Amino acid sequence: MTLLHVAIIIPFLFAAASPIFYKLLKRVHTGWLVLPAPMALFIYFCSQIPPVRGGETIEGAVPWIPSLGIDFTVYLDGLGLLFALLISGIGSLVVLYSIFYLSKTKEAVNVFYVYLLLFMGAMLGVVLSDNMIVLYAFWELTSISSFLLIAFWHYRERSTYGAMKSLLITVIGGLAMLAGFILLYLITGTFSLREIIGLDVNLTHESLFLPAMLLILLGAFTKSAQFPFHIWLPDAMEAPTPVSAYLHSATMVKAGIYLVARFSPIFAGDKLWFWLVSAFGIITLIYGSFRAMKQTDLKSLLAFSTISQLGLIMTLLGLGSASAFFSGGADSLFYTKATMAAIFHLINHAVFKGALFMVAGIVDHETGTRDIRKLGGLMAVMPITFSIALIGTFSMAGLPPFNGFLSKEMFFTAVLNITELNLFNMQTVGALFPIVAWVASIFTYVYSMLLLFRTFTGKAQFEKLDKKPHEAPIGMLIPPVVLASLAVIFGLFPNLLSYSLIEPAMAAIHPSLLHEGDTFLVKIELWHGWTPELFMTAGVVLLGTVLYKLRPRIKVATEPLFTFVSLNKTYDAALRVSDIGASRLTSRYMTGSIRHYLIYIFLFLIVTVSATMMFVSDIRFDFSGHAPTTVYEIMLIIGLVVSALAIPFTTSRLMAIILTGTTGYMVTMLFVIFRAPDLALTQMIVETVSVALFLLCFYHLPKLKKEKIPLKLKLPNLLIALAVGTVMTIVALSASSGRSFETIADYFVEYSYELAGGKNIVNVILVDFRGFDTLLEITVLGIASYGIYGLIKLNLKGEEGPDVFGTKHQSNLIYDQPRSNDVILKTISKIAIFIILTFSVYLFLAGHNHPGGGFIGGLMTASAIVLLAMSQGIKAAQTIIPIDFRKLTGIGLTVALLTGIGSFVFGAPFFSHSFGYFQLPLLGETELATAMLFDLGVYLTVVGITMTIILTIGRDK
Amino acid sequence: MELYMSLAIGVLFTVGVYLLLSKSLLRILLGTSLMTHGVHLLLLTMSRLKTGAAPLLGEKAESYIDPIPQALILTSIVISFGVTSFFIVLAYKAYQKLGTDDMEQLRGDGDE
Repeated sequence: MTLLHVAIIIPFLFAAASPIFYKLLKRVHTGWLVLPAPMALFIYFCSQIPPVRGGETIEGAVPWIPSLGIDFTVYLDGLGLLFALLISGIGSLVVLYSIFYLSKTKEAVNVFYVYLLLFMGAMLGVVLSDNMIVLYAFWELTSISSFLLIAFWHYRERSTYGAMKSLLITVIGGLAMLAGFILLYLITGTFSLREIIGLDVNLTHESLFLPAMLLILLGAFTKSAQFPFHIWLPDAMEAPTPVSAYLHSATMVKAGIYLVARFSPIFAGDKLWFWLVSAFGIITLIYGSFRAMKQTDLKSLLAFSTISQLGLIMTLLGLGSASAFFSGGADSLFYTKATMAAIFHLINHAVFKGALFMVAGIVDHETGTRDIRKLGGLMAVMPITFSIALIGTFSMAGLPPFNGFLSKEMFFTAVLNITELNLFNMQTVGALFPIVAWVASIFTYVYSMLLLFRTFTGKAQFEKLDKKPHEAPIGMLIPPVVLASLAVIFGLFPNLLSYSLIEPAMAAIHPSLLHEGDTFLVKIELWHGWTPELFMTAGVVLLGTVLYKLRPRIKVATEPLFTFVSLNKTYDAALRVSDIGASRLTSRYMTGSIRHYLIYIFLFLIVTVSATMMFVSDIRFDFSGHAPTTVYEIMLIIGLVVSALAIPFTTSRLMAIILTGTTGYMVTMLFVIFRAPDLALTQMIVETVSVALFLLCFYHLPKLKKEKIPLKLKLPNLLIALAVGTVMTIVALSASSGRSFETIADYFVEYSYELAGGKNIVNVILVDFRGFDTLLEITVLGIASYGIYGLIKLNLKGEEGPDVFGTKHQSNLIYDQPRSNDVILKTISKIAIFIILTFSVYLFLAGHNHPGGGFIGGLMTASAIVLLAMSQGIKAAQTIIPIDFRKLTGIGLTVALLTGIGSFVFGAPFFSHSFGYFQLPLLGETELATAMLFDLGVYLTVVGITMTIILTIGRDK
Repeated sequence: MELYMSLAIGVLFTVGVYLLLSKSLLRILLGTSLMTHGVHLLLLTMSRLKTGAAPLLGEKAESYIDPIPQALILTSIVISFGVTSFFIVLAYKAYQKLGTDDMEQLRGDGDE
């Protein structure tokens, strides 16, 4: 456990605590109480800049599933640090902003911060994990928290639609990514990213390399909203604006970017990687910017702008991977400029887009609309907001002296550089890159100006607004002001970032290009001379302004390109088709008839068991070693078979129950013959109690009708039943005709006394060797008994069914008063109860060495109490034994569990028992084992459960 | 002995399955009881019958019968007691509320 682990866990702790904060401190906005978490994290990560810059990587591992090579390993290098700073830094600002955006009284802020912090922790986990499986787990957690945040206003239909869409698309991508990770594991034999990167072998010739790469890219492209998977991002704008600023612009959508950057050392150098990443990126860039131009909703515009900018960063990472085509040296360094631009723009985009989203939130909050057709002239009433928007949009459009200008220039450099790549026709096809990039920049310029001028200048039309607009509260302005200032600072002094963050991050993406202890040299100049890039920017401004002016008159720039087909319609149709198809398919076999379901189960059993036996040719009929048969045994078996066969033919309910009881007693007798005394004892008591229960419950049920099942159904029933019976007979015969495996029984026979100090091997297995199983078993029983109690006692309002028992029922089922003809029972039972109780205590105590034990003793005790209740009436029984049996169950379970936990005190694994021999007064030398204590728990639980069941039913009115 | 036991197991399973496939809830319950008996005897028969003394070391015998099936069966008996009781009460309550114990009438509609 390192400080880095703690850093990841802190947001989760705060997430868990925030509802408590909300409840306890009613007057304070919960946001103030969670704000320290991201701020402390930001400070911590800032303090890590110098060591990381010095080439140190901070790491730590906590074992999780070591046998599968899955450990919670974290490490911090340049790339991880960059993202961690973004997550905690923007996170702090967003929390501050949300305090003023979400009203404590009107909104569910308690859950809001749970989701938001859940996301923060998950995102930190993604960027700091070394193990791919852990990374995947955090990755999906970001999708889930994003889902919850988009659906924050879950009563709006658009919100749930958007949430569902984002979840479906990103989770499908996530699953593909997991498959890719597993393929990588198959190739390399490790889940550790650093180990894979450190492998000094060429993986490209592996047959699984390509599928792994494609699957991982699918995960990255869906998460980072690359065309055509981008369709979820505009709908995600239904989330509260702080969430859009944080998740859907600054951090989560960049997880895909992170993934591509992180896996670059593994995949870069492959031709397809270069092409896919660059091509998807550049298509997304132009598509997003083109669509953004047509939006009238501020947040939609920003969403498409985000899509486009993510495409830009993706392109740059693709172009940067070209450096791996060369074996180091000047050629390689030439193309790493793209990577440098990618990282720089990643920071810049988070800064200016975060500010712009917050501006959109302020406008929405203060005017009640985000529609630019209704807005205008806000400059006069919101001067500060306007200034922030000006900086943000100019930076986004790539105008000097803001940070966006620099990264856009570097982007142009990168696309111009790539045309010089003399590999795979880059000089001809590659010429497209600068052209597309340039056109997309024009579109970017146009929508940036639209955003700024349509909102803040022009004719004020306040009469169309729901509220009278005014400047936002100071708390809402501080976060965007901070971001806007950063946009200016990074524009004027870009090298603040280059040494501290960009160089270490590049070192993480291109580890092979550096010698030990070297760093990349990054120097970004605001003025870099009369370069082609500068002329391109001038062209953008010129043509952009023209297009902005002419825009209303150009149809393509304002209206959808295609109306009859769209990606969203395709998505909706696919969803609808799979929805209907799935429900049709399911209702085809999920008929609601229990008979059908049972038939599936039995057919499956017949087919799989017989096919398996056939396949491994394990059908054996070897009667040579069989035990001899006596005439009594034959009689028992005949009794068993006849009573079983008679059940389907009987029409009397009572008869059917008694016949089933008879088979049970026959089985008990067989247990005696087959030398299983524990089983015989248990079966006998259970059978008696069960028959009593059956009669208690079914006394009032309707007469068993001779089932009028048509032959059409009866015949298949019979055939299936016969087939199951035959298969089971064959299984029994084959299993008893020799063994396929060595027996493990000898171990228990040999060690039961030596290791556990018990002579009753069956009991020793139950309480010692397999004690954990028994603990779970009595837990299941406890649950069943509480379930029964609930079923009987729970009477939901308005669920009164027909009173089928009528009034007669009242007097019959109540055993509260003893009945007049119980004299003989009452007299005999008084003596019998003591005998049974004494015997049950003996059975329990003797259990470790002789037949008996907690189960049998418990059942026996319970049957004594039942007898008492039946003869004396339940009320009398309760005054004699004033025990709450439901509590007794709980006590028994606790005793059993504590015995297990007790082992930890002695540093032994769960359920390690010990025993010893003691000289006790009266009893002489006695063996005491902790297993006995466990058995006491079992005993108490069984008494509690059985009594709960019987008393609950017996007392029901 | 194993042969006769195997046949008896087959009968228990056949009747059990046949009862399970019927409509009446009571018959279904009795069917599960019979199948449980079948499973227990199957487990016991699998490890061969009467191969030694009861698995109590106090018997001081040459060889003991396999204790593992017995441990499994003991667990199973108690668990099936819990399941059966729950089932009985469920059936009883269902009948009390809905006035039928016919599974075909208790089945839900297609939309549920």
